[in-house]
Amino acid sequence: MAAITLDSEMTDMKNSPGPDAVFAAKLAEGVFEIQKCGACGAHVFHPRVICPTCGSADLGWVAPTARGTIYARTVVRRKPERGGDYNVVLVDLEEGVRMMSRVDGITHDEIAAGLKVRASIGEGADGGPAVVFRPERGAS
Amino acid sequence: MSLRGKAAIVGAALAGCGEAHGKSAMEITVEAVHGALADAVVSLGDVDAIATCQPLDMLSGLTLAQELGLNPKFTMNNRTGGSSFLSHTLWAAMLLELRLADTVLICYGSNQRTASGKLMTALGLPTYEAPYKPMFPLSSYALAADRHMTQFGTTREQLADVAVAARAWAQKNPEAFIRDPLTREDVIASRLVSDPLRVRDCCLVTDGGGALVMRRAETAKDHPRPPVYLLGGGEGTTHRDISEVPDLTVTGAAQSGATAMKMAGVKPADIDVVQLYDAFTINVILFLEDLGFCKKGEGGAFVENGGIAPGGHLPVNTNGGGLSCVHPGMYGIFTLVEAVRQLRGDAGDRQIDGAELAMAHGNGGVLSSQVTNILGTESTL
Ligand SMILES: [Zn+2]
Repeated sequence: MAAITLDSEMTDMKNSPGPDAVFAAKLAEGVFEIQKCGACGAHVFHPRVICPTCGSADLGWVAPTARGTIYARTVVRRKPERGGDYNVVLVDLEEGVRMMSRVDGITHDEIAAGLKVRASIGEGADGGPAVVFRPERGAS
Repeated sequence: MSLRGKAAIVGAALAGCGEAHGKSAMEITVEAVHGALADAVVSLGDVDAIATCQPLDMLSGLTLAQELGLNPKFTMNNRTGGSSFLSHTLWAAMLLELRLADTVLICYGSNQRTASGKLMTALGLPTYEAPYKPMFPLSSYALAADRHMTQFGTTREQLADVAVAARAWAQKNPEAFIRDPLTREDVIASRLVSDPLRVRDCCLVTDGGGALVMRRAETAKDHPRPPVYLLGGGEGTTHRDISEVPDLTVTGAAQSGATAMKMAGVKPADIDVVQLYDAFTINVILFLEDLGFCKKGEGGAFVENGGIAPGGHLPVNTNGGGLSCVHPGMYGIFTLVEAVRQLRGDAGDRQIDGAELAMAHGNGGVLSSQVTNILGTESTL
């Protein structure tokens, strides 16, 4: 692994919002982007200050393909009067990063590891924008 | 220089296990401290280093010093969750070996059952998980169980058998909180909470505390009870949030166990009795694999049909574990106290005959921090 250098990116960092704020601002505008390392090419999620693969601060924003595969799934069981059952999944994006999310447009029991899904921006539990997934059309 | 056998636990005690009405977490902690000092026959004033971690008090090391009236040379408040205390033993051994301290106290207490009736934690949902409302921490372990079942064919019955084994051990332990009979069918019929985990896959919510006194091996025999030597220790930290785990089916126990066993110069087959942090049934399966008691993916078969129950091929969680004995939120210290009891021959009806070598293993966060200790009697030095 190359030594970490303090490049111009680091100087820029001082006066710009952190990656969490950038991600949230993009999401609020209806844009889902993840980071990509300019030094080693690794995609990065959740948003970070330096690349967890190589340590570089040269992280730019890119649009993912939005295609993913379910890695694991659970269904939180809630009484109907408390909002009913809902699913929680871990999704592996094609870019090689993993994220927690929810799958809409399918019954909970049909969701299983290996299911192909596609990302869109929906609503999170707090009413704010959140990346959610739907089954990839025509795929199983 | 190795820490193998350089320090020993010379006093151990529990306090407030089950329900401790009208007591604060720190009061339970100090009751355990009083018990451990009496067990070791050590004066409070001789304690020159302390270690604790409490769920809600971020400065609990300072609170402890205040409550005990001590001005310690070292105050350790390493917060890795329920594994903290197994990390504290390692730091204690380092301080003792370097002669920076002579008597180290490690302790914990919680009143979560009588205070709130549910897990008390200072943790909120992580930023990138909160929009999806996973149950914390239950859904994290549910995801791990789901993946293990998908990848290795681990069955619902095998998960249940972990809880059944814990209950069978608890029935031999008069201090265990729940001792009613429990069958595989009972577990599978219990309420589904976060698939595939059901209520009986989950640890208890109790009060309770524990404390340990550690000293250098050369002075360990100055105390009345048989010393329990720390032969090895190791840690592994792979993530904080379950959405960041590199591989849901492999925990940091693979690293912590290998490190600890290398230091101790032992292998899994040498271990007489094993205490694993069983916050959920899946934990035990994962840890048995990662610690080398069976191959990856074969943990389900290992625990099936009484494999870790009394009379099985490996005694695991002989006190009844967090599933049936005690679970006040950060269970790690109870793995150590039960290991001490087994190695002293104090474990009554659940005593493993001739136990000389024990493993205690703690889990912190959501499978995030793993810390392993290998403990032995004088014969293992
Ligand atoms: Zn990189």
